[in-house]
Amino acid sequence: MITLGETGTRFHTIYRRIVGRGFATATLIATLLGVVMLAVLMFDVFRDGAHEVDGEFLTSYPSRFPEKSGLRSALLGTAWMLGLTAAMAFPIGVGAAIYMEEYAPNNWLTRVIQINIANLAGVPSVVYGLLGLGVFVRAMELGRSVLAGSMTMSLLILPLIIVASREAIRAVPDSLREASLALGASRWQMVSRTVLPSAMPGILTGTILALSRAIGETAPLITIGALTYIAFDPQGPMDLFTVLPIQIFNWVSLPQKEFHSLAAGGIVVLLVVLLLSNSVAILIRNRFERRRY
Amino acid sequence: MIGLQIGKTVFRAPEVEQPEAPEETILSTKKLSFWYGEKRALDGISMEIPVRQVTAIIGPSGCGKSTYLRCFNRMNELIPGSNFDGAVEYRGRDINDGRVDPVSIRRQIGMVFQKPNPFPKSIYDNIVFGAKVNGMSADMDELVETSLRKAALWDEVKNDLKQSGLALSGGQQQRLCIARALAVEPEVILMDEPCSALDPIATTRIEDLIRTLRETYTIVIVTHNMQQAARVSDKTAFFTVGESGGGELVEFDDTQRLFTTPSDPRTEAYITGRFG
Repeated sequence: MITLGETGTRFHTIYRRIVGRGFATATLIATLLGVVMLAVLMFDVFRDGAHEVDGEFLTSYPSRFPEKSGLRSALLGTAWMLGLTAAMAFPIGVGAAIYMEEYAPNNWLTRVIQINIANLAGVPSVVYGLLGLGVFVRAMELGRSVLAGSMTMSLLILPLIIVASREAIRAVPDSLREASLALGASRWQMVSRTVLPSAMPGILTGTILALSRAIGETAPLITIGALTYIAFDPQGPMDLFTVLPIQIFNWVSLPQKEFHSLAAGGIVVLLVVLLLSNSVAILIRNRFERRRY
Repeated sequence: MIGLQIGKTVFRAPEVEQPEAPEETILSTKKLSFWYGEKRALDGISMEIPVRQVTAIIGPSGCGKSTYLRCFNRMNELIPGSNFDGAVEYRGRDINDGRVDPVSIRRQIGMVFQKPNPFPKSIYDNIVFGAKVNGMSADMDELVETSLRKAALWDEVKNDLKQSGLALSGGQQQRLCIARALAVEPEVILMDEPCSALDPIATTRIEDLIRTLRETYTIVIVTHNMQQAARVSDKTAFFTVGESGGGELVEFDDTQRLFTTPSDPRTEAYITGRFG
């Protein structure tokens, strides 16, 4: 009985050790799989497209001659769209999150709204495109403008910003809210001086992720009718526009091999824009984090 | 044995002088009951808290001492589903009157919490926070120095007021919270177990501080530590959990009398350690 128990225990110990190591290895493989795939993708794209990226490529308009073709209008369109989307989605998203966390009464209506917002984050982007087409392009007569595109994109990323901001606001300990109120702060002062500064790094992280998604989205903009061939600079929010992913998609769909190489160059530019905007946003976030010690 | 020791501690606290003149009441409750949803937390508490003295509230866990304290600056109304009956008066005025702004109440009645909760800001910004939100036009540098001096923290932090309040030790953080409360020039300071998260040395410093502050401020302190109540307070209220499930006031008297000759057997049982 005792011997049996001992053997069993020893076997069990070894078994547990094997399982433990096996699990660690499996998670390592899972991590490496993602990193390796990304590296292969980057390598492939850079090999195909890096030689296309030069000053001329960035400053030329698209053309039917591959050697003269560039993505100036797409780059500017992406910049316009990103700027307008951030300007609209950030205040609205954070505002909604503040209302839901700090002001909303805890009743069924609030809960219904909260669940719906979480669900909206999972709605396919093409659906937002159709909404944008119906409401912004046609009903509000904004046309196929960069403003209509940005508004559509804002709708798409609003749920993401709201959910992330709510999480960040909820993570601020109640003891800080109490400290603030006990010193005679009004509710608004409590939110603006105590809650928001503490929640800002988390809010910004969510916004960065949401905007990164907006950079890459194509479907909703195609749906609202963003053009594929723009040979001028968008000058204002009411101008026609195109964005990098649409330009890339357009080049890929052309039969000539040279355009495929241009598409790879476009992807390189898209990735660089994405990484640049992310790093800027992360720098801003880190400043906030330092400020709060 | 324990009870005897407590008795001795009280006997050896002669610094508590008995005020001769009739005491002026600053805070009072009249038949105050309180509910969290369906659960009763306080059951008809009537009590008068004298001005510029230290009043301690003791009692077993769940007897509603903290809830009672938080009725004085309307912090409880932030809890959804909470409910009260009866009156809370500050200088004879019902603070739950619809015309009274809770913000102005909280400026006059400050609070120090159980766990030190400095803002994640510099020491300096922690102190000036209250002055800023209340639109006080004081010399901020001077305000920081006087507040920190009153809280006996100035000498330890004067060389680095820009460092984070969170970088301080627990005891220093709690004194920073006291300094922060003093900076808005309140009349009353409510303390909710201010030493429960602190080590004995830090506790001693806070207790010394409370004894200094009682000359200028009215202090109401909730504590689960009977020795602490005996050491720092002029008056002590003993709460217990009543039959309704809510906290009720058993006895309220001069600290010395309550600890030496309690009039209620439940008080005696509690302070001699036979219960709670």
